[in-house]
Amino acid sequence: MPAVHDRGGLPTDQPIDRAEHEWADWEHVANALVGVLRRHKIINVDELRRGIEAMVPAEYESSSYYERWSASIETLLVEKGVLTTAEIDAVAAELDGRWG
Amino acid sequence: MSGDDHHPPLLHADRSVRATRVLAIRQLLIDKGVVTAAEVDDVVARSRARTPADGAKVVARAWTDDAFRGRLLSDARAAVGELDYRLSHDAELAVVENTAEVHHLVVCTLCSCYPTSLLGPPPDWYKSFAYRQRAVIEPRAVLREFGLELPAAMGLSVVDSTADVRYLVLPRRPSGTEGMSQDDLAGLVTRDSMIGVAEAASP
Repeated sequence: MPAVHDRGGLPTDQPIDRAEHEWADWEHVANALVGVLRRHKIINVDELRRGIEAMVPAEYESSSYYERWSASIETLLVEKGVLTTAEIDAVAAELDGRWG
Repeated sequence: MSGDDHHPPLLHADRSVRATRVLAIRQLLIDKGVVTAAEVDDVVARSRARTPADGAKVVARAWTDDAFRGRLLSDARAAVGELDYRLSHDAELAVVENTAEVHHLVVCTLCSCYPTSLLGPPPDWYKSFAYRQRAVIEPRAVLREFGLELPAAMGLSVVDSTADVRYLVLPRRPSGTEGMSQDDLAGLVTRDSMIGVAEAASP
């Protein structure tokens, strides 16, 4: 079995959906955070990729594109000691509360 | 991510857990002074502003200037640098030329590598599992879905991008465009024609 990200040649009957979704603000943020963190040499593209490829396969498959980026950004920042999971949990809970 | 129980399961409601968490990460990085809000906003603005128009200008120049075309095919980074486009240093750019004998199609089976410096962000379908899976096993069927029926005798080369090399297709110049200005020619060069799922538009 190839790794979950290695999609080339996996058989599927799915047609190619050419509808474009409008990016949500958080998707722009995920994209931009990678750019800024790269500029600060905190993460690089290969690490981002590794963080994505290390996702649990079922999560990889059920996540949207920037959800995968978000997961990898978190993995890398926690791994490098820039942020802790507890900190992210706390602020995320706060944001959830604020948005109800 | 590991299967750490501490993480809530991914939800796929309107606002996903991952959406909230990335916004939390942004907030924390700003609060800790790792990045500034202005830096993040600046990258958002610049990425919103990127369109395939830059790639189209490169193609139109190659159509009208043979020497440039040659340089573009042999050293794309240097050639687009002549037009003041600076590519990210993470990956090389290779330009592949469509001819009467061979058509090129670009995919990134592993993820989504794409020449964003010249084309802007990739379309959603480019990142879809269906495209990533099918482009390398049934490219002619994929092209047919995009409305491009290649003559059976025409060769088809599928190039798979990696984190180290991104590809841009140099589409064939449409007939009936003799004497057109570079600007007008650039108007015929669609994003899809530079990925290889379409030909350049006809005037």
